[in-house]
Amino acid sequence: MILLDRVSKTYPRRSGAALQRISLHVEPKEFVIVVGPSGAGKSTLLKLLTREEKPTSGKIIIGGIDYERLKDKDIPKLRRRIGVVFQDFKLLPNKTVFENVAFALEVVGASKREIQNTVPKVLNIVGLKGKEKNYPRELSGGERQRVAIARAVIRQPKILIADEPTGNLDPKHAWDVIRVLEKINKYGTTVLLTTHNQEIVNKLKRRVVTIKDGQIVSDKANAEYEL
Amino acid sequence: MKEKRSFKRKLIMLERIFKAGAVNFIRNITLSIAATAVMVVTLTIVLFSVIANATFNYTIQQITDRIDISVYLKDNVTEDQRENLISKLKDVDNVREVTYVSKQQALENYQKDNQDNLDLLLAISQTDNPLPATIQVKPKDPGRIDEIRNVLETTEAKALQSDETSYSGDRKEAIDKITNATAFFRKAVVIGIVLFAVISMLIIFNTIQMAIFNRRDELTIMRLLGASNVYIKGPFIVETMLYGVVSAVISLSLCNALFVVQAQAFDASSLGLLDIKYANQYFSDNFLIFLGMQLLAGIAIGAISSLIATARYLKVKPTRRRIG
Repeated sequence: MILLDRVSKTYPRRSGAALQRISLHVEPKEFVIVVGPSGAGKSTLLKLLTREEKPTSGKIIIGGIDYERLKDKDIPKLRRRIGVVFQDFKLLPNKTVFENVAFALEVVGASKREIQNTVPKVLNIVGLKGKEKNYPRELSGGERQRVAIARAVIRQPKILIADEPTGNLDPKHAWDVIRVLEKINKYGTTVLLTTHNQEIVNKLKRRVVTIKDGQIVSDKANAEYEL
Repeated sequence: MKEKRSFKRKLIMLERIFKAGAVNFIRNITLSIAATAVMVVTLTIVLFSVIANATFNYTIQQITDRIDISVYLKDNVTEDQRENLISKLKDVDNVREVTYVSKQQALENYQKDNQDNLDLLLAISQTDNPLPATIQVKPKDPGRIDEIRNVLETTEAKALQSDETSYSGDRKEAIDKITNATAFFRKAVVIGIVLFAVISMLIIFNTIQMAIFNRRDELTIMRLLGASNVYIKGPFIVETMLYGVVSAVISLSLCNALFVVQAQAFDASSLGLLDIKYANQYFSDNFLIFLGMQLLAGIAIGAISSLIATARYLKVKPTRRRIG
C-alpha cells in the first residue's frame, strides 16, 4: 500500500538532511505507528506522502501511484485517496460539525443527496451522533478530532494518515480518538499514526517504526516505545 | 454511465464555484465596493473617450466635407487644357472629388446666392460676366493638401489660372487646430485609460490578496481535502468578474443618466468641438455595443487581476521549500 525506497529529503538553507535514505513498506490494512523525537523527520515523511513536499531523491509509490509520474494537476486526485488528520484538527470554525464533514464531499462535487446520506453514517461511526449542529468551539478536543477523522474517512480512502492526533488531548480523549482509528482500521483502511505518547504505543501493540535524525532506527511488529 | 455522473459532478462544482464567488462578493462587501468603484471610474473613462473620439471625428468630417480648393481658370483656357488638368488632379491620391463650374454656372450660383441684394446683382451683368470658370477640388485629407498643391503649382498648370488658387486658408487653420487637439486628446485618453486600468487592477489584486489571506485556513483545508485548482481558485475569479459586471452596469447607467440630463439642460446644443447632439445619438445608437464592451472590459480587468493574484498566493503545487 505504501512503498518508500531510499527516500531522502534535504531542505535548502538547512544543514543536514531531514530524511536520509528511508525505505519503508506498509501492507494494505496495516496499522503502523511512527515514533521519534521532534525534528526527527516524522512530519517531513507525512508531507512527502500527501505530496505537500517532493523528495530530493528516492521512490514513493502509494496505492499503485508512482509519485515520480504524478503530474501536478493530478495531486488533488491523489489527496482524495488519502485521509489526513492533524494535531490541530484544522476544522472550519464557522461551519457546524455536519458542514465540516460535508465539506470533504462538496469539494469533489458530490450531490446534496449523497452528502445527506453519507455524513450521518460517518458521524455515527466516530461516535458523534447528535452533535451535527454544534460548532467546533462547542466541542471537546477529543470530539473535534473525531470530527476531523470523520472528514478524513468520509470518502473512504485506502490510507488514513494521522499526524499526532492525540497531541493536544488529555489521556481519556486521546484514547477515544485511538479507538476510532482502530475501528476504521478494522473496516479495512491502512492507518499511519505518528505519536509521542508512550502509553498509547505500548498498549496498542502494533508495528512501530522509530525515526531518529532522519533515519529509521528500528521497525518492529507488536513493539513498544523505545527511545 | 460513468461519464454522465462525472458531467453531473462538474455541473455541481460549477454551481458551487459561482455560489461561493457570489457569497464572497457579499461577505467582503466593503472591499467589493472599493474595487467596484474604481472599476466604474475606469470603465466610464473608457466609455467617454470612445464617445468623445467618435464625436471629434464626426466634427472634423463635417468641416472637412466643406473644405475645397478652388482653381480659377482664365477665360481663354480650351476644353482640352481644362480636361487635361482635371484628369491630372483626379490622379492625385488625396483627391476625393473634382467638380467643374463653368462661367455660366458660376454666374447662376452667384445670382442665386445674392438674389436679395440688388446692388450686387446689378454689379455683374449677363453680358459681361467677370466670374471665372472654376475647378473645385475636395481633398480626402486636408493635412496632405500639398500633394494637390504640387500639381497646381507647375508652370503648365499655373499658365491656365487667372488668380491665385484658393486653399480656404482660414478653414485649414481651424482643421489643423482640431486635428492637433484631437491627437493630444487621444494621447491623454490612452494614458488615462492605462493609468486607471492599472489602478483598478492593483486594487482588485489587493482585494483578492486580502480575501485569500482572510480565508487561508479554509483554503489550506480545501487543498488537503483534494479540492481541484479550479475549485479553489474559481470563486475568487467569479468574485472579481462580478466586480466587472456590476461596474459595467453602473457605469452605463451613469452615462445614460448624464446624457438624458444634459440633453434637457443644453437642449441638444453644441458645445464647442463636442457636438452633444451627435454624441447623444451615437451613445444611444451603439448602446448594446457599449454594454458588451463595458462588460467585456470589466470582466477582463477583474479576471486578469484575480488570475495573477491567485497564481501568486494560491500555490497548489508541492514545494521543495518549506513554508512557515
